[in-house]
Amino acid sequence: MIEVQHLTKQYGRFTAVDDVSFRVDKGEILGFLGPNGAGKTTTMRILTGYMPATSGKAVIAGFDIFDQPIEAKRRIGYLPETPPLYTDMTVRDYLLFVGRIRGVGSKALRAQVDTAMEKARVADVANRHCGKLSKGYRQRVGLAQAILHNPEVLILDEPTAGLDPKQIMETRDLIKGLAGSHTIVLSTHILPEVAQTCERVVIINKGKVAAVDTPAALTERIQASQTIYVQVDAPSGTDVAAAIGGVPGVTRVTPVEQHGTLASFEVDCHKGEDRRREVARLVVTRDWGLVELRPSRLSLEEVFLQLTTDETASAAPPAQTPDAAA
Amino acid sequence: MSNILAVANKELRSYFGSPIAYAVLGFFAFAFDFMFWVFLRGFIEQSARMGGQMGMGMQPVNINQMMVRPLVMQISVIVLFMLPMVTMRTYSEEKRSGTIELLLTAPLTDLEIILGKFLGALGLYAAMLAVTLPCMLMLFAYGNPDWQPVATSYLGLFLLGASFIAIGLFISSTTQNQIVAGVLTFVLLLMLLLAAWLRDFVTGPWALNVLSAFAIFEHLDDFTKGVVDTKHVAYYLSLITFGLFLTARSVDGERWRG
Repeated sequence: MIEVQHLTKQYGRFTAVDDVSFRVDKGEILGFLGPNGAGKTTTMRILTGYMPATSGKAVIAGFDIFDQPIEAKRRIGYLPETPPLYTDMTVRDYLLFVGRIRGVGSKALRAQVDTAMEKARVADVANRHCGKLSKGYRQRVGLAQAILHNPEVLILDEPTAGLDPKQIMETRDLIKGLAGSHTIVLSTHILPEVAQTCERVVIINKGKVAAVDTPAALTERIQASQTIYVQVDAPSGTDVAAAIGGVPGVTRVTPVEQHGTLASFEVDCHKGEDRRREVARLVVTRDWGLVELRPSRLSLEEVFLQLTTDETASAAPPAQTPDAAA
Repeated sequence: MSNILAVANKELRSYFGSPIAYAVLGFFAFAFDFMFWVFLRGFIEQSARMGGQMGMGMQPVNINQMMVRPLVMQISVIVLFMLPMVTMRTYSEEKRSGTIELLLTAPLTDLEIILGKFLGALGLYAAMLAVTLPCMLMLFAYGNPDWQPVATSYLGLFLLGASFIAIGLFISSTTQNQIVAGVLTFVLLLMLLLAAWLRDFVTGPWALNVLSAFAIFEHLDDFTKGVVDTKHVAYYLSLITFGLFLTARSVDGERWRG
């Protein structure tokens, strides 16, 4: 449904998007993840035809966004980073205008505006001015605007920004409900959102695609070793780290915190070998207090950090190439 | 076409949804009515004096020559003051608030957006001209002016204003700040007004030709005499086209720069 090939965008000498390629299948939700300034918004702006790319190709629903922009744009619903609202128009008038310029026929227009307001839960502010709305409502009017003409492709730049937790959940449900009939690309900086909403994730950093995979596979792939978190109450002076380091299968012990006699450590073991039992036995036989012992799993957040910070990125296993993922 | 009208309609709504339209219309009506009154008084005094001096058998004083013509020339200056306020926000406000992203990602061509905005501003200008009609109709009710020069004067004013709008649209498309857009447009239009005055001080055909090209108000003169000269119509139309062309270039350039 969306095919992006070797997209590059340069501003003067600065390369904002560097040879980005990925694919989104029909009905799929793709998450776009990356630190600020990674090129997420720029990529989305290119996909929606707001700005041209320096080189590369983007095909939306079979139409090249550069060669057939009008046809491609007809099939896209786009929510920019800041909802593009006319502050002096009422919500209904605004949506009617958006419907008109998106080519919704005048017969279907009112019904479709009502449906979109219903779906985005903004029907209660239909007659209020956009400029008088709270951040949460603005965001949802922006969403209503994007889904109004029932587009095949939805491109949402941080759709949950500025919403309260309840609204975030509702919006996620709405987006999930739209998948299947719509193909969705959304960007976010909230990582759990990606894990909960998206089927596949593109991690983008410094304009380059760092990884493309499912959230679960990404988490798994990045873990080169098994890590245990352990907190021990040992008399001061004892070298707990060295003792744990002596357990077979343990590769590295990193002290985390020390509060009086309480000391906690991150214990790395070989991949696939869980050494919790051995560590527990050691602590008990030494007559120390075992305060806490749990597997420490890399969250998506840490995966993200690993993939987007220079020092660890090279140590991480080579990311699946976008072409292979597609 | 429906796309252009949708944009034009939205522009008009946003003028009338904010105080701008009312402020512009109100002030313009006030300025026009005031000048109308001043010129009418002058005309009545003069015709009374002439009637007293010359007695019967004299050619009656010409209301078109003595009142309508100078009034229209004065009004064209008021238009110069008002229209930058109308065009200043057209593009700059969309750029500042981010709504430009909505327009540029909708299935619209740049030309449709530009023409829509142009028509919207033109609509408000037409409303400005319309509020001057009651006074003019009063002249017809109580006097007997020729209607042709009045009609062509309005045509001239309309073309002049349309040129101002095209220029204002271009300047608005170059900045995010509507105040900057308004001031720049005003300064530029003022320079066009001054270009006509400057002609009295230069010599040499080349300089005169250049200044004539810029003397946007000069071309109004024939219209106020009741003459529609294709030369002047073509001048205004080409100015409008040029302004809209520059706007298109500016919008497209902005796209590439991002």
